[in-house]
Amino acid sequence: MIGLSYNAQWVLLSTLILGMAAGTVGCLAYWKRQSLMSDSLSHAALPGVIIGFMVVGVKQLPVMIAGAAVSAMLGALLIQWIRGSTRVKEDAAMGIILSVFFGTGIMLLTFVNRLAGGSQSGLDNFIFGQAASMVQTDVWTMTAVALAVLVVAIAAFKEWKLHLFDPGFAQGLGLSNRRMNAIYVVMLVLVIVVGIQAVGVIMMSALLIIPAVSARYWTQSFGWMLILSALFGGGAGIVGTLTSTLGKGWPTGPFIVLAAVTWFVVSLLFGPGKGILVTKLMQHSHRKQLVSVHRTGSVKEYAE
Amino acid sequence: MSYEGWILLTASLVGLTCGLIGVLLILRRMAMMADAISHTVLLGIVVAYLVTRELSGVHMLIGAVAAGLLTAILVQWIHNLGVQQEASIGIVFTALFAIGVILVATKVGNAHLDVKHTLMGEITFIPWERIELPWVGSIPEAVFMLTLVLLVVLLALAGFYKEWKITSFDPALAASLGIPVLFMHYLFMALVSVTSVAAFDAVGAIMVVAMLITPAAAAYLWTDRLIVMFVLSAVFGVLSAILGYYIAYWLDTSISGSMAFATGLVFAVGFLFSPKYGVLAKSIRPVKDRGDSPKVAD
Repeated sequence: MIGLSYNAQWVLLSTLILGMAAGTVGCLAYWKRQSLMSDSLSHAALPGVIIGFMVVGVKQLPVMIAGAAVSAMLGALLIQWIRGSTRVKEDAAMGIILSVFFGTGIMLLTFVNRLAGGSQSGLDNFIFGQAASMVQTDVWTMTAVALAVLVVAIAAFKEWKLHLFDPGFAQGLGLSNRRMNAIYVVMLVLVIVVGIQAVGVIMMSALLIIPAVSARYWTQSFGWMLILSALFGGGAGIVGTLTSTLGKGWPTGPFIVLAAVTWFVVSLLFGPGKGILVTKLMQHSHRKQLVSVHRTGSVKEYAE
Repeated sequence: MSYEGWILLTASLVGLTCGLIGVLLILRRMAMMADAISHTVLLGIVVAYLVTRELSGVHMLIGAVAAGLLTAILVQWIHNLGVQQEASIGIVFTALFAIGVILVATKVGNAHLDVKHTLMGEITFIPWERIELPWVGSIPEAVFMLTLVLLVVLLALAGFYKEWKITSFDPALAASLGIPVLFMHYLFMALVSVTSVAAFDAVGAIMVVAMLITPAAAAYLWTDRLIVMFVLSAVFGVLSAILGYYIAYWLDTSISGSMAFATGLVFAVGFLFSPKYGVLAKSIRPVKDRGDSPKVAD
């Protein structure tokens, strides 16, 4: 952190916390088998951001976040509604909401950019993310929301575990699955909307999906997976942000994604859980054992 | 033809081609795969540009098909390693797309490629970029490409109509009949990539998704017959393209964004008013008739 400006340090801190929150919520999304939901919702947030801007007329992050949250929630509800009341499947419903909301967002964005002062508002940054364009109050807002999400995820750890892995039992204990689901959607939306300024609507889903899958390669325990996923997400946030400051006008989002993916490849190869290398080594030693059993003709050795 | 006429023709060709491909995407439940491929063709185009240093239609097509197939193969490979299908799609497409964006932003940013263009398309430039063809005369390059792709798609769909039907509705039966299911899968992925890249120039990466999925999903609500679904989806595609153009003209805003918005309108009409699967029809029908819907059959 030494050598960076005061503002840059704050930005770095906020992407760290954002990455951690995204990693944690992403872990929940992974076990809900809803990884791509985050992709739809982050695209669906775009029109809300623009409408938020149109309402107040200046770039004010809290208003735009509120707009994004409303439009992402609307997207989530619509996906539920389409899936629940027609025969259109979930993936198609997600695709529809994603593309139609994003298209509407672009339509509004072009409209606003044409108006006076619109093009200077930096609204374009919401598409690919530009962490460097954040000012101190933005950083504060982002950090506070991400921290809140992180706290909820950790405080209700036991409840999440029950809800995800044995919803029937959870119901029996009096834990409302419906309420847990609602809290989960709110957390997901919050992380997405505070993240889009730094990472952009298109890349936000990567930060939610990739760290969780990477963590899966290092552990079998849900608790550790949550912790590792948070660490990997935070790490990707920091490395990506630092890399993107090396060039002028480089977008932050793609670099954060690249950092996360690099770590995913490392996990895929060397992860002790199910990594390719470990699996290969185990197969190799098994084969050797079998061969030796075959040669000596005794199973005693193998049984041990 | 007039400037406006060319734009409308381009948009309609996009709607038509995407509408046809979309039907199979919906029936094979691969909507999100289309989302993935439409993003990753960016990488294919950028790499093709870096290798050949020119932005020609053929190179872009080859690059895009390669990127699309790479996406399909990687998704399958990671899925086979024990990652959920959804998560594996999410990883692969964000990764390849990020690499594409970084290449554009750092290396070729000053050239003709720019990220905003590829994402949102620039249909207004299309009538200016013309090529000379024998017999036909001078037509916009995009129209030529789209026509070509439309012909390929039509040929592939009509030529293997029975195979598409069986592999989409009952892959197990198809396999037992000796139809190469895996080959059909990758052929389909190649078709999706070709369609995406041809439509890319006109409507951009994300609006391709709207054109691919939404008209087909709307058609799915109106009919149970496959052939009718193809026709309806193509009609809805063209309808949204034209409607989108006029909305954009009226509001003076992004044409591709308005087209995506228009596909949403078309879907909303089906969603609410379709006589069999619409929300309204369901709510006024007696409860005992609301059984599970039969699948599309022909």
